[in-house]
Amino acid sequence: MSKVIFKRPKYLKPNIFHYCPGCGHSIIHRLIAEVLEELEIRDKAICVPPAGCAVLAYNYLDVDMGEAPHGRAVAVATGIKRVLPDRIVFTYQGDGDIAAIGTAEIIHAANRGEKITAIFVNNGVYGMTGGQMAPTTLLGQVSTTTPFGRDINRDGFPLDLSEMLAIAKGSVYIERTAVNSPKNVRHTKRAIEKAFKVQMANLGFSLVEILSQCPTNWKMGTKDSIKHIDNVVTKVYPLKVIKDESGIS
Amino acid sequence: MSEKVLMRGNHVIGEAAIRAGCQFYAGYPITPQNELTEYMAAAMAAYPDRVFIQAESELAAINMVIGAAMAGARAMTSSSSPGISLKQEGISYLAGQELPAVIVNVMRGGPGLGNIAPTQGDYFQATRGGGHGDYRTVVLAPASGQELVDLTLKAFEYADHYRTPVILLADGMMGQMMEPVVLPPPVDLSQLPSRPNILDGAKGRPARLIKSLYLDPPMMEEHNWKLYRKYQQIAREITQWEEFMVEDARLIVVAYGTCARIAKGAIRRLREMDVKVGMLRPITLFPFPSKPLRELTLKIKDFLVLELSTGQMVEDVKLAIEGRARTHFYGRPGGVVPTPDEFAKYINMLYHRQELDGGENEQSYI
Repeated sequence: MSKVIFKRPKYLKPNIFHYCPGCGHSIIHRLIAEVLEELEIRDKAICVPPAGCAVLAYNYLDVDMGEAPHGRAVAVATGIKRVLPDRIVFTYQGDGDIAAIGTAEIIHAANRGEKITAIFVNNGVYGMTGGQMAPTTLLGQVSTTTPFGRDINRDGFPLDLSEMLAIAKGSVYIERTAVNSPKNVRHTKRAIEKAFKVQMANLGFSLVEILSQCPTNWKMGTKDSIKHIDNVVTKVYPLKVIKDESGIS
Repeated sequence: MSEKVLMRGNHVIGEAAIRAGCQFYAGYPITPQNELTEYMAAAMAAYPDRVFIQAESELAAINMVIGAAMAGARAMTSSSSPGISLKQEGISYLAGQELPAVIVNVMRGGPGLGNIAPTQGDYFQATRGGGHGDYRTVVLAPASGQELVDLTLKAFEYADHYRTPVILLADGMMGQMMEPVVLPPPVDLSQLPSRPNILDGAKGRPARLIKSLYLDPPMMEEHNWKLYRKYQQIAREITQWEEFMVEDARLIVVAYGTCARIAKGAIRRLREMDVKVGMLRPITLFPFPSKPLRELTLKIKDFLVLELSTGQMVEDVKLAIEGRARTHFYGRPGGVVPTPDEFAKYINMLYHRQELDGGENEQSYI
């Protein structure tokens, strides 16, 4: 008798990803689909996808979805969750979306302790628009709008959004993970699972920041961009539990 | 059971919304509509399944309304002019995603921070869509306390029926004024048709998607035409206006909201002096009552548009009349509210200057 050891998750649609080779989005989509299935919450889950590369998330995740304007995902999610408090509502946002144009919304949603989950994909650039500087772009990093590298005097510092959100009393669980190795991928899945469990237990706001590689806009090969996460990005954005008051192991 | 009560305009809108079954309200402080947000904060608390949120910004408030509408709730937000500018992003999305919502604008002076006095300076913004893209919003213009009640209820009805954002366009005067109103019995939400396409989790059905993204130009074009057809249908079905003393009129005043109310006083005075003037008052600003205006041009050749602005609705009047009659304009922008006497004086002057009093040369103007 054969044993199935790897298959397409039930709630990942059989569509070919449009993401560039090496991109982390497709891995993260898969992890979400797996967690929705394992926690048996897909039938009551509602996703608010972003503007950006993952704007087409609805082509892949088989779950109710409502599009939000750029940056406003958690405000839209707040409206959904308050009307349907027994559903599982999550946003999927990039760094530009959540940490620049949507900073006000995310801080206040976290501070109100909205019982929603944010999946924050941090790849340090605006991917969809062609690789401009994001709030999380590293110092010295070259992007199309920092052609000579991000400069403190001109561009300011990379923003530690997750650490900022940890200060908000309404946030319960915030962790930073990565998807650049099998180990990190497995760990990211556990973090996503925990974030949803925090919401299922009605404890408050939860967020997983996932460091993701963008070989295309980093102008690197996939192998190099994976190494870049370990050698450079995690030095500025260390992988760790930033806040956990959930009591969930 | 209906009841008659004396209430301030902003409170009237709130109570009418409660009775219309408003399940979700998000607001942000701005004068002169604060009493409405405050009223909702207290009144919604009486219902365990209704939600009030004071949002961190107008942007957040309108986006929370988007979420509530996606989840199937009757949802509302309110603000005044500068705050409505911020909401335009969300209003464009509501239109594109075909989501129902009610947006109240208690207009104040502008541009910029302006002042907190009543004006009608947001007519273009309300009727032309306001946000980006090829869309319109239904715009209702109440001119009395009772109409605040009736049109707030209508706003929720239209929003649900046509799946489109509806703007209740009041002004600082309407918001602050106290008048007796008859409140209707609450709407029984269980009797309303069930909302199609809401997001409540894909249990036992395929997953749903509410979006305004159409990357393929022919698809985007079809979506635009679909919205256009809807606006055409709205124009056929809900255009509303009031005609006042038009029977034998030789001059027609066109005014809405607070301005129409003042004009009515002026017209009554002028009638006592045998000045044959009447009024057409648009109640829906979009759709605009172009057809009744055009029909009036068969016998009337002079139209005077009165507005609390430098002239915005006057463009719609000209478009409706298409040169079949003369269009005149008198406006007071900036929060200056004219008296009926001031309007009467201007109307009277125009009436005689145009020799509408039956002078020998009358025919030459027709």
